[in-house]
Amino acid sequence: MTTTLPAYDEVVARYEPVIGLETHVELGTNTKMFCGCPTDFGGEPNTRVCPVCLGLPGALPVANKAAIEAIIRIGLALNCSIAEWCRFARKNYFYPDMPKNFQISQYDEPICVDGYLDVEVGGETVRIEIERVHLEEDTGKTLHVGGATGRIHGATESLVDYNRAGIPLVEIVTKPIPGTGALAPDVARAYVTELRDVIRTLGVSDVRMEEGSLRCDVNTSLNLPGQEWGTRTETKNVNSLRSVERAVRSEMLRQASVLDAGGRITQETRHFHEETGDTTPGRSKETATDYRYFPEPDLVPIAPDPAWVAELKAALPELPRVHRRRLQQQWGLSDLDMQSVLNAGAVELIEATVAAGTTPAAARKWWLGELSRRANESGVELADIGATPAQVAELQGLVDAGKLNDKMARAVLEGVVDGEGSPTEIMTNRGLEVVSDTGALTAAVDEAIAANPDIADKIRSGKVAAAGALVGAVMKTTRGQADAKTVRELVLERLGVQG
Amino acid sequence: MSDLTRMTAAEIAALVAGGETSAVEVTRAHLDRIAAVDDRVHAFLHVDTDGALDAARAVDERRAAGEELGPLAGVPVAVKDVLATRGVPTTVGSKILEGWRPPYDATIVQRLREAGTVMLGKTNMDEFAMGSSTEYSAYGPTHNPWDLSRIPGGSGGGSAAALAAYEAPLAIGSDTGGSIRQPGAVTGTVGVKPTYGGTSRYGLVAFSSSLDTPGPCARTVLDAALLHQVIAGHDPRDSTSIPQPVPDVVAAAKLGATGDLTGVRLGIVSEFVGEGAEPGVMAAFREAVDALAKLGAEIVDVSCPTFVHALPAYYLIAPSECSSNLARFDGVRFGLRVGDDGNRSLEEVMSLTREAGFGPEVKRRIMIGTYALSSGYYDAYYGQAQKVRTLITRDFTAAFERVDALISPTTPSVAFPIGARTADPYQMYLADLFTIPTNLYGGPGISVPCGLSEGLPVGLQVMAPTMADDRMYRVAAALESAVGTFTPPAL
Repeated sequence: MTTTLPAYDEVVARYEPVIGLETHVELGTNTKMFCGCPTDFGGEPNTRVCPVCLGLPGALPVANKAAIEAIIRIGLALNCSIAEWCRFARKNYFYPDMPKNFQISQYDEPICVDGYLDVEVGGETVRIEIERVHLEEDTGKTLHVGGATGRIHGATESLVDYNRAGIPLVEIVTKPIPGTGALAPDVARAYVTELRDVIRTLGVSDVRMEEGSLRCDVNTSLNLPGQEWGTRTETKNVNSLRSVERAVRSEMLRQASVLDAGGRITQETRHFHEETGDTTPGRSKETATDYRYFPEPDLVPIAPDPAWVAELKAALPELPRVHRRRLQQQWGLSDLDMQSVLNAGAVELIEATVAAGTTPAAARKWWLGELSRRANESGVELADIGATPAQVAELQGLVDAGKLNDKMARAVLEGVVDGEGSPTEIMTNRGLEVVSDTGALTAAVDEAIAANPDIADKIRSGKVAAAGALVGAVMKTTRGQADAKTVRELVLERLGVQG
Repeated sequence: MSDLTRMTAAEIAALVAGGETSAVEVTRAHLDRIAAVDDRVHAFLHVDTDGALDAARAVDERRAAGEELGPLAGVPVAVKDVLATRGVPTTVGSKILEGWRPPYDATIVQRLREAGTVMLGKTNMDEFAMGSSTEYSAYGPTHNPWDLSRIPGGSGGGSAAALAAYEAPLAIGSDTGGSIRQPGAVTGTVGVKPTYGGTSRYGLVAFSSSLDTPGPCARTVLDAALLHQVIAGHDPRDSTSIPQPVPDVVAAAKLGATGDLTGVRLGIVSEFVGEGAEPGVMAAFREAVDALAKLGAEIVDVSCPTFVHALPAYYLIAPSECSSNLARFDGVRFGLRVGDDGNRSLEEVMSLTREAGFGPEVKRRIMIGTYALSSGYYDAYYGQAQKVRTLITRDFTAAFERVDALISPTTPSVAFPIGARTADPYQMYLADLFTIPTNLYGGPGISVPCGLSEGLPVGLQVMAPTMADDRMYRVAAALESAVGTFTPPAL
């Protein structure tokens, strides 16, 4: 695209965005939605299949009760009403990754409706309204070989892997979210983050965006203040939390440039590109496919017993928002401090580090400091930085034991992030241990005193602050491997001065 | 030993169990009969000679080892080609599945194997069970053993003809709008559509999921009941299968055979005894009603006014479901693939495969169904038809408050000549006029021979409330005891 995009500030000054999110979550049930095949990720192509998930003639689906329980728990956690009676529906369209050329989904009778999820953005609580949560089966995966784009057009061969076909998939659809202004990208990200945390807390999915067990489509439109909502686009292929934010932002900028030029927005699906951060058009929705939905005649209706639903509700775990309040209190953090922990996506990491025996303050220092900086530099999520809470706790343990000083600890952490091993291993391998042999240190101190007689005199005459220069000299000769505090004490001691 | 192929299943089972004949001998007799007559009847699409003899040998070995055998052990069965049979070709009467050998057995087939029955092979049918004459089979029509120039009914004409031609004593069919009962009526055999959900659909290649019901076919009511008892019952692989015990249909058939219907109230469906049926059919039906009355049954007229809307409702619901069910036949994973020359797109290959693989009646129904489900038309067609279905169910429920079972002729006419109706789909559809309401309601229905019209068999249909299959067996067995069975002329 050659058009110059307008500045974001100008866009949000002139237009109001409306966003909406459709999130797909692969449930972590042991077996698929309608058959007994295993669901674990990976596996040789087409080995986790049977007549049912291959859609062989005559095979019939039977709904997985564990999946129905999981979606009801998700619905309850999202404050939804649970339908007392609902049905699956067939969504009919031809595509080779759909074994039956229809997908068993839900249409006008979803199992969970009318909920909400509160998220924190910039210290404010934003209530995201949930329209529906429904259950469906995942499709297979198609690999198009021989084309330039990896898409079906131009490919010479298409390979299909049906291992994923039939894995239970929950679709969570928000109502349109107006009124977030410049914060729209942050709201989108905060929502997906919170949703991920809720679902992880429920233990019904591993919600890993990089493995596709959490997938997100982002709807975006712009309108002039006081005018009707604009035409929306749906951005797919948004595969990380950061991308959610970037996709909204980039689509807002693109739409603004189209509108500014007097153009109109086409209702279409767009693909997000991780490398460039922009979107390109996919198939147009203006000639929408008619999916010819009708109630799935091979499955009986779902009619969850209200008593069972009540039991599931009573047994819900502490949800992230409540959990965070409790942690904030335990860690003694201000709202602002807690917000920065949240923004960094560090709550669970700090919690786990604390659980491994580190003080909240120290845990927070590492995750929000050094590690967040590294994560930002390399553009990855903090959780994916390569250091685990256990390793951070081990590192802090070495500091507490006086084996590493602050500078050395940072170096060791670099090694951890680079995958060189555990903190203790890296300390040993890099020879980074604090020089604690007092004999050797005393010799180094004496050497520094002898080399700097003027400074030594100043200190002797009471200018204790000058000791810093001698400490610096000692640190230099020990290549940083001494504990600065110990060196300072030694300097004063050798010069007969009280600290 | 008298001719094994002329015996009932009950008789064969008794002889095998008593060691008076072997399962292998029984199987050979039927395979020989098939070899002798099937080039004229064409009941079978595939005869599994080796598989049948292996199964028969296994039964004989089990008997020799002193193992207890099931009530139908060693009895040959012909299976409609709509059921998946592991390793044995399953075509559904269509070119699109030519050569497909399923990697799994339908639940019913599995139960037949476990019971020690011997599967002779797969029987001819209208393509995807869509038709009433077996003329829509992609592999050529089946001929009615009563008159080889006439149709044997459909879609399960192969199973019914195999019975009437003494090629098999038992057969399996599937009934979506009458595909077991109508062939039964026009071949002088017994055809049973069980309660929907009473027999498993797992492995039954779907035509219309909410209507398809596999069931037993036999030459006598007791044989049908014995087969029913083997194949019916809850199947966890079929979500729509009813988790309740099967009514004791064998006991009911035996009770009926005593010829006493005292205290049984039967309702004649007024809407089905008017001008819609041929005079010869009506005459045979009236005589049978008199026979039932003589057995002690109380006969009343019952009006079911919505039944006249059953046919149009059926021809929206069944095609709608079929348009979706048949989408999987696209040449990607199994069966026929046409036009995959490396230059054509996937979409073209799918289209060419379906164009070449489906016959005209299947295409007609896919198009009707696709249209009926389309956005903007759904409410007017599919939605409206579902409402009619609810009304028909209400008519049945109201009727069963007054009577124990409903009766009518099974079909409006006797077997018509091959070729007589293929040019006029509507005339063909009328063959199922009296059988369709039961499918829309979901209850059981049986067709039992009740007489002849111009030398051709006429069937009487008994319809019962859902999960009261035993009731209709009693009535049918009683009628059979009064009017006897009907033997076609020698082939």
